[in-house]
Amino acid sequence: MAALATLRSASSLFGGYRFIYKNLVAAHSHVWDSVRPNLHLQQRWYAVSHLSVQERIDKKREAARLGGGQARIDAQHKRGKLTARERVELLLDPDTFVEYDMFVEHRCSDFGMDAAQNKYPGDSVVTGQGRINGRLVYVFSQDFTVYGGSLSGAHAQKICKIMDQAVLVGAPVIGLNDSGGARIQEGVESLAGYADIFLRNVLVSGVVPQISLIMGPCAGGAVYSPALTDFTFMVKDTSYLFITGPDVVKSVTNEDVTQEELGGAKTHTAVSGVAHRAFENDVEALLNLREFFNFLPLSNKDPAPVMECHDPSDRLVPGLDTVVPFESTKAYDMLDIIHGIVDERDFFEIMPNYAKNIVVGFARMNGRTVGIVGNQPKVASGTAQEYGGIIRHGAKLLFAFAEATVPKITIITRKAYGGAYDVMSSKHLRGDVNYAWPSAEVAVMGAKGAVQIIFRGKENQAEAEAEYVETFANPFPAAVRGFVDDIIQPSSTRMRICRDLEVLVNKRQTNPWKKHANIPL
Amino acid sequence: MAAPRVTSGLQRVLLMLKNVHFKSGYHIVASRKQYSTVYDPNEKTFEKILIANRGEIACRIIKTCKKMGIKTVAVHSDVDSSAVHVKMADEAVCVGPAPTSKSYLNMDAIMEAIRKTRAEAVHPGYGFLSENKEFAKRLAAEGVTFIGPDTHAIQAMGDKIESKLIAKNAKVNTIPGFDGVVKDTDQAISIAREIGYPVMIKASAGGGGKGMRIAWNDEETREGFRFSSQEAASSFGDDRLLIEKFIDNPRHIEIQVLADKHGNALWLNERECSIQRRNQKVIEEAPSTFLDPNTRKQMGEQAVSLAKAVKYSSAGTVEFLVDSQRNFYFLEMNTRLQVEHPITECITGLDLVQEMIRIAKGYKLHLKQADIPIKGWAIESRVYAEDPYKSFGLPSIGRLSQYIEPLNLTNVRVDSGIKEGSDISIYYDPMISKLVTYGSTRADALQQMVEALDNYVIRGVTHNISLLREILVHPRFVKGDISTKFLPEVYPDGFKGHQLSDNGRRELLATAACLYVALQLRSRRFLGNQRVSTSHKEQNRWELSLNLDKDTHVVTVFSTGSLFTVELDGKRLNVTSEWNLASALLPVTIDGTQRTMQCLSRDASGNVSLQYLGTVFKIQVLNRKAADLNKHMPEKVPEDSGSILRSPMPGSVVAVSVKPGDMVSEGQEICVIEAMKMQNSMTAARTAKVKTVHCKAGDTVAEGDILIELGMD
Repeated sequence: MAALATLRSASSLFGGYRFIYKNLVAAHSHVWDSVRPNLHLQQRWYAVSHLSVQERIDKKREAARLGGGQARIDAQHKRGKLTARERVELLLDPDTFVEYDMFVEHRCSDFGMDAAQNKYPGDSVVTGQGRINGRLVYVFSQDFTVYGGSLSGAHAQKICKIMDQAVLVGAPVIGLNDSGGARIQEGVESLAGYADIFLRNVLVSGVVPQISLIMGPCAGGAVYSPALTDFTFMVKDTSYLFITGPDVVKSVTNEDVTQEELGGAKTHTAVSGVAHRAFENDVEALLNLREFFNFLPLSNKDPAPVMECHDPSDRLVPGLDTVVPFESTKAYDMLDIIHGIVDERDFFEIMPNYAKNIVVGFARMNGRTVGIVGNQPKVASGTAQEYGGIIRHGAKLLFAFAEATVPKITIITRKAYGGAYDVMSSKHLRGDVNYAWPSAEVAVMGAKGAVQIIFRGKENQAEAEAEYVETFANPFPAAVRGFVDDIIQPSSTRMRICRDLEVLVNKRQTNPWKKHANIPL
Repeated sequence: MAAPRVTSGLQRVLLMLKNVHFKSGYHIVASRKQYSTVYDPNEKTFEKILIANRGEIACRIIKTCKKMGIKTVAVHSDVDSSAVHVKMADEAVCVGPAPTSKSYLNMDAIMEAIRKTRAEAVHPGYGFLSENKEFAKRLAAEGVTFIGPDTHAIQAMGDKIESKLIAKNAKVNTIPGFDGVVKDTDQAISIAREIGYPVMIKASAGGGGKGMRIAWNDEETREGFRFSSQEAASSFGDDRLLIEKFIDNPRHIEIQVLADKHGNALWLNERECSIQRRNQKVIEEAPSTFLDPNTRKQMGEQAVSLAKAVKYSSAGTVEFLVDSQRNFYFLEMNTRLQVEHPITECITGLDLVQEMIRIAKGYKLHLKQADIPIKGWAIESRVYAEDPYKSFGLPSIGRLSQYIEPLNLTNVRVDSGIKEGSDISIYYDPMISKLVTYGSTRADALQQMVEALDNYVIRGVTHNISLLREILVHPRFVKGDISTKFLPEVYPDGFKGHQLSDNGRRELLATAACLYVALQLRSRRFLGNQRVSTSHKEQNRWELSLNLDKDTHVVTVFSTGSLFTVELDGKRLNVTSEWNLASALLPVTIDGTQRTMQCLSRDASGNVSLQYLGTVFKIQVLNRKAADLNKHMPEKVPEDSGSILRSPMPGSVVAVSVKPGDMVSEGQEICVIEAMKMQNSMTAARTAKVKTVHCKAGDTVAEGDILIELGMD
């Protein structure tokens, strides 16, 4: 039964490739015809042997820089997209890009692919290393102008090469994805190439940061690579991620769906949660990626960056003293608290539109990168939640907090009821410093529910409730047991966190040896 | 005797301003008061006062009470439970839920609070119950002192007709007019001559400008009479006409009076309050540039004689309209402490609240008219949480995410009742503060006000600082050439923010470019080992492209330390600053000119919002490479605003007059939104069929919420 399911899903995967192929051929033959004479002329040199080696090098470099030719570059621009090289240039510091494998060509000989005019120096991906704000990074950028950025064996080999080197020297890998899918003409060679990349994505995971920026189509099996990386960003309106395209969906389930609805940035940032954030266009995406990069350590052996910071670490934030409303049922915005606490109110939010009851992202405190997880108070329990697998998802969060060995600081701003208290980096999960605000309520459940159990059948429920609130809906039960280290004035929160981070900077903690942990998936 | 004491008090304050370094919030204001009536600690006063108000005025009153050693009780609604006035008071009582009718106007609850706290007296502030004779009566019945005039004066001055009659009898100038029906042209002319030109001829049944004519001579009176009676007959079916003095280009100037219970009364000079929008004051100053000593004296004496005529006690204000010939006419008397009282305090050195409390306790005024000085000049700007781009100010709400009053400057007084983190809600007046500056001359006070506005940090709500600053530097205002029509005359098409001069544009662009460079340079300043490449020298030349108002400017910046040289539009500018990227204020020096700008937001995409000369400008800064590539980026189509009606402000829906499927024509009212006591009619942008209705009467809506969607045709 299980095997069958696997087979079926695998076949749909290949179906995805086929669809891509069809689309590509249709789209391309058109452009192809119009530009062929021109290309033909330009690429004549392939067969000309009387040129000197230097001349051949120059010509090949020139051809590589032009990718699929001016007409396709224009077409790319017309779609509102930049070329692979323009993207790399914009992403990296000026004049720092060092390109690898400019001379690599595909090795396919079927379907007339070995003809000189069907070969492009560098093939359909640009790879190399460079600097972002002076720090080393490896980059691959798929070139949609060459065979729609389709992945050939050579293409995969180029990507694997830079990934291997990135691990060797300990530097992040950024992938700029813009590819129609597998190189159909190469068949299994192409599939092997994907798998080679997947394997590296997995092995590299946790060694160096991996970031994917989807800047065009990314469909079929190709989607697994970005999904395996640490962060997946998308460009609005011009990027798509899906296993099977709208045509296949239509033929299988008879659903009418557009590419955008099926796998556009909106879908993946708000509905599926596959992508971590989306940006307006290529330029904004790349500029934001530069900013984001500054939060990350270069590798698992490097410290997280500390930036020059102008924001005083002992700054009090008076607004926090009133941010939690007096009425215990009234909502407040956790982002107000985060913006108030972090350096320069600068918070890079991850997945702002997905699971809005939790806020996650990166910021700096006294220049030091911190990850922030905040509850946005409006979680409701119900059947949908249970059917959605809240148990397993909640366990994931608990697992992650418990397993983490980085400095962990927790602030209970208001409600910490039941399992949520335990899960959210409680003292018991090795929280290093745990604070409660005076508005904190730490208890097994809300007063009403608790009273119905403790005082079942008792006449004066309201009085019992008041008693319960008096006893439990405050920070004292946790504080007297040492489960929170202190009850703090909210306005002093930034000052305290900055101070604690300085203390914890040399924290060393290891988990028991294991082959690998088994986070509930 | 008293005058030198007042003066030395002022000096003391000024010295204090120089020497004292304060840290935060209202403490500063309390310690740097610009009102310093000498307080005699041996004079017996109330033990405890309840302040039946909220916000800045409650705080203001509490400050004086503290000075006088009086205990204070704040009342508050539930949403105000952690408001500044509540924290400042010695005791606080919740008097009901957020709506004012259930809390601050809830007399039963307030009376209960008085009983509970045993307050001996009540200061009502302004608004709410301050001119409510019923409230004053109830207090009297329970033996609680009302810090204000007695019920007789409140009643007499509260009635428009009665107050005008009393004023007339007290020989106060009232607007001359003929109260009967005018029979014919000849009578009209003789009446007009008697009143004095110009006159206004208006329909007895009239309204909305119909049947109204202004006449400057006999000929125009004759014509006006004919036209007006015809128009009145056709519009209202009633051709009866009235003739009244036409106040040409009026100014609103008011006299502060102070009267005790022993028949003594003083006038404390005038306040010029002509800058108004929708009959609400925006900027006030004292004294007025327009009054000569003689007019001031006449107005003052008439105001005092009116006060005496109604046996007034406490602080009060007599409002006058003043025409271009300095003729003045009584408008009304406000029997309370006015919003704009601080400017009078600044120029007289008196603490009006303290005087009110003394008077209420039964003491005699210890000053004589000759003791009342005009020391220097004071200006007050009302800083509101509102959008000045919409009819000179529609309310806005929100949480003050950052809030820093410009108290680092000298000669600045800020009366506010909020602090960082406070909510500006739909329930109450959207005033953020009263920003008062003073100086020995008007020019000094104005200069200081401009500085103060530039240094005032308000984030999280839309505010009117751009409008205030533009008014203050407008040549007409600077000259003192103002009237109540100033705003519509100066901005006939509505206020659109500061209009950049070529030089101003260069200053703004140069600062934006330098800020970008400062950020870029900082973003590679890693502390500790980040394996940053050493082979590349720090970039010191930046080619940038800046977008402002759809225009692109090519800018080159050369950086050496904190000094940046900017080349733009063929000019070179030197820009220096500390480039503190965490500070809310961005002080820069551009070719020797000091500017205090504010960076409101910036993002990785190069978008930066800079507040420059009070107005916020949005600029996109890109390096040349990104700018070149940006031309390929698709234009995103903005939402069709003609089909979607959004709420322009937060408020509640009072009425919805359409349902889906209805045809509406352009300009037709679709629904009414009420916000801060104002009803706003929302109309259709074009003729179309209503597609969906997203609101119903009673709903609370936020700014930008979709109210109605129109279909295609």
